[in-house]
Amino acid sequence: MKISRAVAVIAAAGLAVGLTACGSGFSSGGSTQDNTKPLSILIGSSGDAETAAVKSAVAAWSKTSGIKATVTVASDLNQQLAQGFSSGKPADVFYLSTDALAGYASNGSLYSYGDKLSNKSDFYPNLVKSFTYDNKLVCAPKDFSTLQLIINTDLWSKAGLTDADIPTTWDQLQTVATKLTTGSQTGLVIGGEYARIGAFMTEAGGNLMNADSTKATADSDANLKALDYVKQNLIAGDFKFAADVGAGWGGEAFGKQLGAMTIEGNWITGSQTADYPNIKYEVAPLPKGPAGAGTLQFSNCWGIAADSANKTGALDLVQKLTTKSDQLAFAKAFGVMPSIQSAAGDWKKEFPNLAPFLDAAAYAQNVPAAKGASDVVTDFNSQVAKLATGDPKTILSSTQANLEALLK
Amino acid sequence: MTAAMATLRRRRRSGVNRGQAVSGWLFTAPVLIILGLFLLIPVLMAAWVSVSDWTGRGSPLSPDVHFIGAQNYGRVLWAGGLSESDFGTALKNNFWYAILVVPIQTVVALALALAVNRRMLRGRGFFRTAYYFPSVTSSVAITVLWLFLFSTTGAVNAVIAWFGVKGPNWFNAPAGIFHFGASSGPAALTSHKILGVSWWDWLGGPSVAMSAFIILAVFTTSGTFMLLFLAALQNLSGDVEEAAMMDGANSRQRFFRVTLPQLRPTLFTVITLGLIGCWQVFDQIYTGTRGNPSKTTLTPAYLSYTAAFNNQQWGQGAAIAFILFVIIIVFTLIQRWVLAEKAVSKRRMGWITRASARSRDVAAPSAVVSGQSNDSGPRERDGS
Repeated sequence: MKISRAVAVIAAAGLAVGLTACGSGFSSGGSTQDNTKPLSILIGSSGDAETAAVKSAVAAWSKTSGIKATVTVASDLNQQLAQGFSSGKPADVFYLSTDALAGYASNGSLYSYGDKLSNKSDFYPNLVKSFTYDNKLVCAPKDFSTLQLIINTDLWSKAGLTDADIPTTWDQLQTVATKLTTGSQTGLVIGGEYARIGAFMTEAGGNLMNADSTKATADSDANLKALDYVKQNLIAGDFKFAADVGAGWGGEAFGKQLGAMTIEGNWITGSQTADYPNIKYEVAPLPKGPAGAGTLQFSNCWGIAADSANKTGALDLVQKLTTKSDQLAFAKAFGVMPSIQSAAGDWKKEFPNLAPFLDAAAYAQNVPAAKGASDVVTDFNSQVAKLATGDPKTILSSTQANLEALLK
Repeated sequence: MTAAMATLRRRRRSGVNRGQAVSGWLFTAPVLIILGLFLLIPVLMAAWVSVSDWTGRGSPLSPDVHFIGAQNYGRVLWAGGLSESDFGTALKNNFWYAILVVPIQTVVALALALAVNRRMLRGRGFFRTAYYFPSVTSSVAITVLWLFLFSTTGAVNAVIAWFGVKGPNWFNAPAGIFHFGASSGPAALTSHKILGVSWWDWLGGPSVAMSAFIILAVFTTSGTFMLLFLAALQNLSGDVEEAAMMDGANSRQRFFRVTLPQLRPTLFTVITLGLIGCWQVFDQIYTGTRGNPSKTTLTPAYLSYTAAFNNQQWGQGAAIAFILFVIIIVFTLIQRWVLAEKAVSKRRMGWITRASARSRDVAAPSAVVSGQSNDSGPRERDGS
């Protein structure tokens, strides 16, 4: 009896100590603003080049503004962001992907500052759409990438093909892919996932969701046409998924010459230079589908935390990081494309052979960004990986049902 | 007089007892506080999150967070959406993983322990270290090694190629191994579902990718359990073994009827630890495949992590963790019941009496009646 009471007392004491300890960890947010407070910047870096470029840009801003700022490279950005938000002490400025935006915007973690940006009208309208939540631009698009067709020029000429043969329609793509398929080499090798096959959907006039991710459009005829086209070529053997030729992604298959063509974004230039410097390639616009040109775009934005103690400083920093000069410096350092239209001319002058990527800004579509959409896309990917033996209609209708469930 | 003295003595003694009790609690307080702080409170808070609508911003104990009953549990168990089929898939994957890993690793560990326990073996120390080595290496490092070994052009496929067989694309092959290449099953199996996953998929077994992880688990954990078995084997007295030998038991009988029954407490420990470890598999998935290919390496532990950290579904993540907890408890209870010492059956008892009667006729009474009853009574009770 006595002992159990003692246990209870000690347990209660421990609980009280623990809860007060937690209390200090979970600060209540809404902290007082201070324009001189140092800033922390959390980025998910693709490598040393990106880290160095962001660090030097931030250091330059620190010098002029007099506000101290530290850049931290996250090993797992989503996890570190989540920990920051739950503890009430998030990084002030951070990379934020389109699929994470809705979740954090809906729980009030983000400072919605889009309207305060002086260069708001300079961002590509499609990018603005992908970072809009509740009809407001939440954060400034950092940069973006699009998908295009990458062609191995040596294998191309070896197959007796010339520049005139560069495909502009689905039928032509099928023809050249068949010609380029010999031995262990496949005509077109792409990742078996929405983020590549989605390009065909947009060319057919479809996509999983509409542009603002407010309506599920997965079971449209256009999407069915796209999946049928890919499936038919997978069965014929002139298209293959990267996993099926033993590669981790399209770029690896392309570099190892397992595929003569692939569909990838502008990030492929970096990996080809680093890993497969001897492969000669050329970027061509993706062939037009039944509904004309189409491709997908991917982007991150500069998020600012609602709990930041120096939002004014953070906004000023983001304003600087999205200027033309900074964005061009980032482009040179790690191969991204500027998110503002006024930098397009300079970028194309700098990278003339990558121009098709930037030209796509006019027609590129956004990936679904509704809250929970990334789960649905993962599920779609898990089904589409078995597309060669699967039923496109079933895949699309189950995806439609899952997307509709998100919007309820 | 005497009565008064007795009460006095008793009072003094109880005072001493109280002093001892206080100092006892004082000495255990640090551990109790640490356990409370790092174990009890987080568990209680997770329990709260699993029945709340906490969105991951600020404290889960703040007044803006509401109690929403079993909704989070419902979403993964009976709501019929993507969350349910994801959880069903994860459960299916992990179920096969546990079903295959636990028996294989136990048998391998026991075999290794018996091998390195032999007095005749030269360089026993070397072998003991070698077998234990995978267990002390970090699971992340081993996973990366595995990704290389099991890549399409990796060492494993090169070895398979010696036999003229083209190895699978291990970590990219989503096909269930018990489907034997069939891409769709009979309608009777595909049209019925449990937790959003069809019977056909439940019966498909682990995918080729998951099989590689199963081999990995056996490789890394057998060493640890070998150590447990080895310790138990060295604790066994030679007398019993010798007596069995005198009774004319051959080595096979000695192992199954004498040694193995004595190892029952260790067997219980090994299987329990193995089961718990299997249901918590996370590192390999996180560093290796992240649930790919086609969600066939998704496990509840990893799903709980992605639900919470990537999708901000904190309640759902916590709910999955608690369901996992219940699963582990249930499996441990089942296994405890299976391994429990039961009364010797009538048929068996008859066999024993007949055998001992026969031996009484032939020679001196034997020490070993059966490994079932006498050998390790008290120790066993302690262990279970």
